[in-house]
Amino acid sequence: MTSATVDSGRPAGNRRPARSAVSGHPLTRVSGLGLGVAMLWFSLLVLIPLAAVIAVAGSEGWSGFWEAITAEQTLASIELTVFTSIGVTLVNVVMGTLIAWVLVRDRFFGKRVLEVLVDIPFALPTIVAGLVLLSLYGPNSPLGIDIANTRTAVFVAFLFVTLPFIVRTVQPVLAEIDQDVEEAAASLGASRFTIFWKVILPSLTPAITAGAALSFARGVSEYGSLVLLSGNLPMRTEVTSVRIFSSIENDHLENAAAVATVLLVISFAVIVILDVIQRRTVRRG
Amino acid sequence: MADTLVKPAPVKKASAGKAWTRKRGPVTYLIRLVVVTYLFFLVAWPVYLVGQNTFKKGFDDLRAILTDPDIVHALHLSVEIAIISVIINTVFGVTISILLVRYRFPGKRFLNALLDVPLSVSPVVVGLSLVLVYGGRNGWFGPTLESWGLQIIFAEAGMVMATVFVALPLVIREVVPVLEEVGEEQEQAARSLGANAWQTFRRITLPSIKWGIIYGVVLSLARSLGEFGAVKIVSGNVLGLTRTAPLVVEEKYLNFDKGGAYATAFLLALVAVASIIVVSVLRPKEDR
Repeated sequence: MTSATVDSGRPAGNRRPARSAVSGHPLTRVSGLGLGVAMLWFSLLVLIPLAAVIAVAGSEGWSGFWEAITAEQTLASIELTVFTSIGVTLVNVVMGTLIAWVLVRDRFFGKRVLEVLVDIPFALPTIVAGLVLLSLYGPNSPLGIDIANTRTAVFVAFLFVTLPFIVRTVQPVLAEIDQDVEEAAASLGASRFTIFWKVILPSLTPAITAGAALSFARGVSEYGSLVLLSGNLPMRTEVTSVRIFSSIENDHLENAAAVATVLLVISFAVIVILDVIQRRTVRRG
Repeated sequence: MADTLVKPAPVKKASAGKAWTRKRGPVTYLIRLVVVTYLFFLVAWPVYLVGQNTFKKGFDDLRAILTDPDIVHALHLSVEIAIISVIINTVFGVTISILLVRYRFPGKRFLNALLDVPLSVSPVVVGLSLVLVYGGRNGWFGPTLESWGLQIIFAEAGMVMATVFVALPLVIREVVPVLEEVGEEQEQAARSLGANAWQTFRRITLPSIKWGIIYGVVLSLARSLGEFGAVKIVSGNVLGLTRTAPLVVEEKYLNFDKGGAYATAFLLALVAVASIIVVSVLRPKEDR
């Protein structure tokens, strides 16, 4: 099977190749100053605030932290968020790959429209995304489907906001695959299904995994699109971000920080996974 | 086996390669149908309905929000914050991209990975983290800064920071691949001909990464204009003062002014869709 693997020659998606990590000039005085200023800004904006979240979460000790994240309502929200994100990511693995396939290999009138449609969830404000879905799947649905305030609404909202991730990581890799290999497989009698399964899919796997990780992370952290759509019913449709938000509103910052830490751990895990995939792909390519 | 061998019958390599991909079986049409249906029900129709709901009563709803001074203020505020954030992120993004691609320094790989953090952090966590550090009452730096007369949380400064945070990696992700693609032969040539660092950057580097920056700016602008969760937490959401356009959408909807909510959402969606179309029209010229 490995012999049939087509090297994509490109790292997954448009992510930064790790090869730049080893080359380059030593810092000059100007670039060193630039790096210093940039790092100061990055620390003040991102690193110190995120460290504050973890520090405040730990300020009540391990037992306080544990109590905060295992409260019944919080656990229910984490469970809903994580399982819905996993389900949505599985759908995205299939649909994202199919959409990327159509965008790269198929040719028909109006394909450019599909390109734009795929990117819309990325650029649309999340609160507008919620309203958009509500107009088709809410109380005044022209289809007569009303999923507002249900767990299905959470699922659909996640599907919407995570749509571009797998498509956009798979698409460039698929476009670079050398079709001669498929041609060779076809001439040797492989069916279309076999070609896809044995020749194309293995070279897409890193890109699909990277996209899946991004899509999962985005689902877990989603907030805006659910505000209007899911009703935020405790124990039923309340996701983790909404839970954190209500803790902030009620001035339980320690609680909020503890639950936020759980989300941060998930984000960091995803970033580590992406980094590993990226380096492995570059090494092979 | 025998009959499967008959089917492809490639004669010449060049034409055969195309024939294989051009040939459309029923599966091709099936996949196309599935994809088009999926995108129609998930994206196209819902987005279209927002437009339809906005113009249900002609231009009345749009006129109503455009003559309400509080909403006009919110729209102005959103645009102002988005522009400031994009400028900050562009300067920071281009600087970091050049450092990452052209220089080597300890901790570079770590920084490279950290820069993607904002993409996967929940907006609510972003808001919370800024409140914990810059909150006026009990943040780490907040009370000190406020004693200097510098309020960040519940003020525009915090809203800009939250917006910059969520859109941080977008310019970098567009510029880095372009910088790697163009290589540095031209920069070296310029330098050997006596150009200083600034001249090399302005005359050589900047023109070659121009399109990467433009995509990054357009995407950041769309993202910044629509930021909701993080801004909601750090702004305090005060009508006429710190309420931005996305916050107006929520408030209008919850107060049963659906017309106003749809009209404001329509304006925001218009900018988002326009940005996507601009990028998709510009991009192929450069790529292919």
